[in-house]
Amino acid sequence: MAEWNPIADMESLRREIGRAFEDFGFEQGPSHRVAFLPGREPRRYPLVNLLEDKDHVFIEALTPGVDPQSMNITALQNRLTLAGEKSGIPGNIKPEAFHRNERASGKFVRTIDLPVEIDEDRIQAEYKNGLLVVTLPKAEKAKPKQISIKVA
Amino acid sequence: MAERTVAARTQEKTPSSREDTRSQERYITPPVDIYETPNGLVVTADLPGVAKEGLDVRVENHLLTIRGKAAHAAPGDPVYREYGLVNFFRQFELNEKVDQSKISAELKHGVLTLNLPKAEEAKPRKIEVKAA
Repeated sequence: MAEWNPIADMESLRREIGRAFEDFGFEQGPSHRVAFLPGREPRRYPLVNLLEDKDHVFIEALTPGVDPQSMNITALQNRLTLAGEKSGIPGNIKPEAFHRNERASGKFVRTIDLPVEIDEDRIQAEYKNGLLVVTLPKAEKAKPKQISIKVA
Repeated sequence: MAERTVAARTQEKTPSSREDTRSQERYITPPVDIYETPNGLVVTADLPGVAKEGLDVRVENHLLTIRGKAAHAAPGDPVYREYGLVNFFRQFELNEKVDQSKISAELKHGVLTLNLPKAEEAKPRKIEVKAA
């Protein structure tokens, strides 16, 4: 396929070793793990980030190539379930026609336990540029209460 | 005769791994699929968090460069983090038989699809055999 190039081979080996370490959580932090590969590795998909402000909890999920129509988001008490399917390459491409095949496709389900109680009726979800953002308002009783101090 | 697909040279160029030269900027190599169709090559890359404005795809001297600025979409303060979005960067060497003027790109749902049509002279032709 390509001519033999020992420098390139060494470089790719170096990169592969780096990647192997990354998979075990060494060296580079979570910022380098962006691949969305359901079914390829025993990891949880999609990867999510959890954020919060005073009144809301936000879940941002990494879902490139996932049709928003295929997604099913459900919430029960403080558990949020994300399900969907990442579509593969359309048409019948013969395996020998591939030069690279690094992206995977398939169905996924992930349940996330949220740290606070949420108001299930006012959950909103938005999909943009391959990122899913679920906005979960905190339940009234889960919000922090301001306590005033009386001066005696 | 067994069917064969002629492999185009799509290997990455060695100087493109920016990790060594520009250590303060961090890049992620996006996962890609590259496959051949009768009309050309198709490259698809996962680029989550990249908007159309932040995407830069260019072809210079048979070198295809994909560069994307990724941004988070959710507001608020981080509590728990499984990934970070750093800018994407990847380069491929193109076979000269790609018609560079007809390359088209589409970005949808965070996935970039590039169509690299083969130049006319590189398309397979069936040769008619005349019976004498």
